[in-house]
Amino acid sequence: MKRATLAALGLATSFAMPAAAEDIKVGLLLPFSGVYAALGNEIEAGFNLALEQFGDETDATFEIIREDTEVKPPVALGKAKKLILQDDVDVIAGIVSSGVLGAVRDMVHGAGVPLIVANAGNDEATGADCSPFITRMSFSNSQVNRPMGTWMHEQGIGKVYTLAPDYAAGHQMIDAFTASFTAAGGEVVGQEFTPFQKTQDFGPYLAQAKASGADAVYVFYAGGEAISFVKQYDSFGLKAELPLYGSGFLTSPLYVNAEGPAAEGVITALHYVPTIDSTANAVFADAFTAANGRVPSEFAVQGYDAARALIEATKTGASDRASLANALRNVKFEGPRGTLSIDPATNNVIQPIYVYETVAGEDTLTQKVLAQLPAEADPVNGCEMAPVSN
Amino acid sequence: MAHDLGFWTLQALNALQLSMLLFLLSIGLTVIFGLMHFVNLAHGSLYALGAYFAASLAAVGGYWMGFFLAPVAVAGVGVLLYSGLIKRMRKSGPMAQVLVTFGLIFAMLDLTRIFWGDLALGIEVPALLDGRLAFLGVEYPTYRLFIIALGLAIFAALAFVLARTQIGAMIRAGVDNDAMAACLGINVERLFFMVFCFGCALAGLAGAVAAPLLSVTPDMGLQILIPTLIVIVIGGLGSLKGAVSGSLIYGFVQTFGAVLAPQLASVLIYALLAAVLVIKPVGLFPAKG
Repeated sequence: MKRATLAALGLATSFAMPAAAEDIKVGLLLPFSGVYAALGNEIEAGFNLALEQFGDETDATFEIIREDTEVKPPVALGKAKKLILQDDVDVIAGIVSSGVLGAVRDMVHGAGVPLIVANAGNDEATGADCSPFITRMSFSNSQVNRPMGTWMHEQGIGKVYTLAPDYAAGHQMIDAFTASFTAAGGEVVGQEFTPFQKTQDFGPYLAQAKASGADAVYVFYAGGEAISFVKQYDSFGLKAELPLYGSGFLTSPLYVNAEGPAAEGVITALHYVPTIDSTANAVFADAFTAANGRVPSEFAVQGYDAARALIEATKTGASDRASLANALRNVKFEGPRGTLSIDPATNNVIQPIYVYETVAGEDTLTQKVLAQLPAEADPVNGCEMAPVSN
Repeated sequence: MAHDLGFWTLQALNALQLSMLLFLLSIGLTVIFGLMHFVNLAHGSLYALGAYFAASLAAVGGYWMGFFLAPVAVAGVGVLLYSGLIKRMRKSGPMAQVLVTFGLIFAMLDLTRIFWGDLALGIEVPALLDGRLAFLGVEYPTYRLFIIALGLAIFAALAFVLARTQIGAMIRAGVDNDAMAACLGINVERLFFMVFCFGCALAGLAGAVAAPLLSVTPDMGLQILIPTLIVIVIGGLGSLKGAVSGSLIYGFVQTFGAVLAPQLASVLIYALLAAVLVIKPVGLFPAKG
């Protein structure tokens, strides 16, 4: 019934155009339960919004099959198999956790199904483990942090203490920052990795940061850990003497309100903030806020742009797995984040990075963009991109 | 790295603060276990529930409303749990109890997600306890001092009740030998019920107190469960002394481990747990000799 309706819709939209409507089956593989459920819902909301806003631009119609990864790699692999073999999808979009991405990587690569990554930032996915079928529309861990090292040194910060959770993403984010910060002439006076998802009290680490003699602290935390960290940082009164910088997930609009006034004055860098001053962003942010009752986060824009990339790809006439994979690698458009394109060497998105400060707005916290750092492609990191062949 | 005295004072306070938070949780769990021989793994979920109630109530009537009413609300949930589930499970052996309460963790986790959503909540520290106090050459957040004071006050109150009052004597008798206590005319079942509800209220209080410090997320109950179990295994089941010493050991090992041997921070406490289990399997201060 649903397919029939969609097909009818497709017919209706293609009425004016001579090309035949293509029905494209999309597997949406996201966590709708587990620790990243909030991110899964956010990405889906963005994804659906883009289909609504830009669906008319293409002849193709989309049938969405959503599956819950539960943030468990074996579960996600099972769901990916089901989407590919049973539902026979043309393209998969989603994936929040890098662990899940690692688990499904060989499956989608082997089956030749294009995958649009809407979050997972593991550097290797567009490095040594890259695949012509995997296109990332979100970010890579080092892409978000690398420009911040140079920028902070330019602001006159000489010594930094870093903190992050002890897992792959934490290390990649901090390593990328450290590399560019030291290359610019800065010094990292102390570095600590806290047990991932086992640290509730950051007090011991904060006292060490204070005693380290650093000019500033640079951190990566996300979700619940970010909220605890920012609140505890403020409660120790460190913000005044030791400004807090970090990867922008620290003060993501998704949970900055749970952090409250403690987040004011924290300066971070990210590929998207809801206050970017552009028409494309205004269109997106207003529609998202109207539909969901909250401002969009970077996760929402990732879902939005993933769907947008799919629509752009179908506009070239691509409709099966191989042609979609090829077309996805060539998409380029102006989105809420600015101009997005895909790096042909790695299939990672190339996008500007925004440095922003969290400030008090009228009744909630808001983001003040301090600088827009130019878009840069990641280093190839051992990626040998084979052409798409089926 | 050379550190001054202030640094170590600060870390000792951090350790004490973590210990007191764990003490509030573990005392309820350990007395329920000691008295009822009932393994309630869902104790962590009650803590999460306490935090959520506190967050919701704080949004309506300010922090103190959450602080006072969240434990009452959680005790209410405890009444439901007791009459609906635990009473029936009393005689069914530890394996069934562990399985049921373990399942309960996930049921409660999903319930909190349905009622409060996936997004993390946060509440503000009340104005009275905002800011920092300077003493002993350090500046320490007032709210953390409040947690330490609260933990110590509850410890003192419990120590007094258990050692000096009739109800305390009845509880001790029940922990020691419940059949004998029943023969002496103590309504052990009613005593169990009261202690269970009080334990739940303390878990709720711990949640309400932790909420402004940490973030309120659906899985916070799962995260705190393992530390709590470690505390009661190290301290010994069923005793106040065990709960307080276990909490202090956990707090200090965790905090100073993170400072002195950060690479080992997450392993250290488990190594200690293993050592205690090998050397003194009943824990350091078990209720029964």
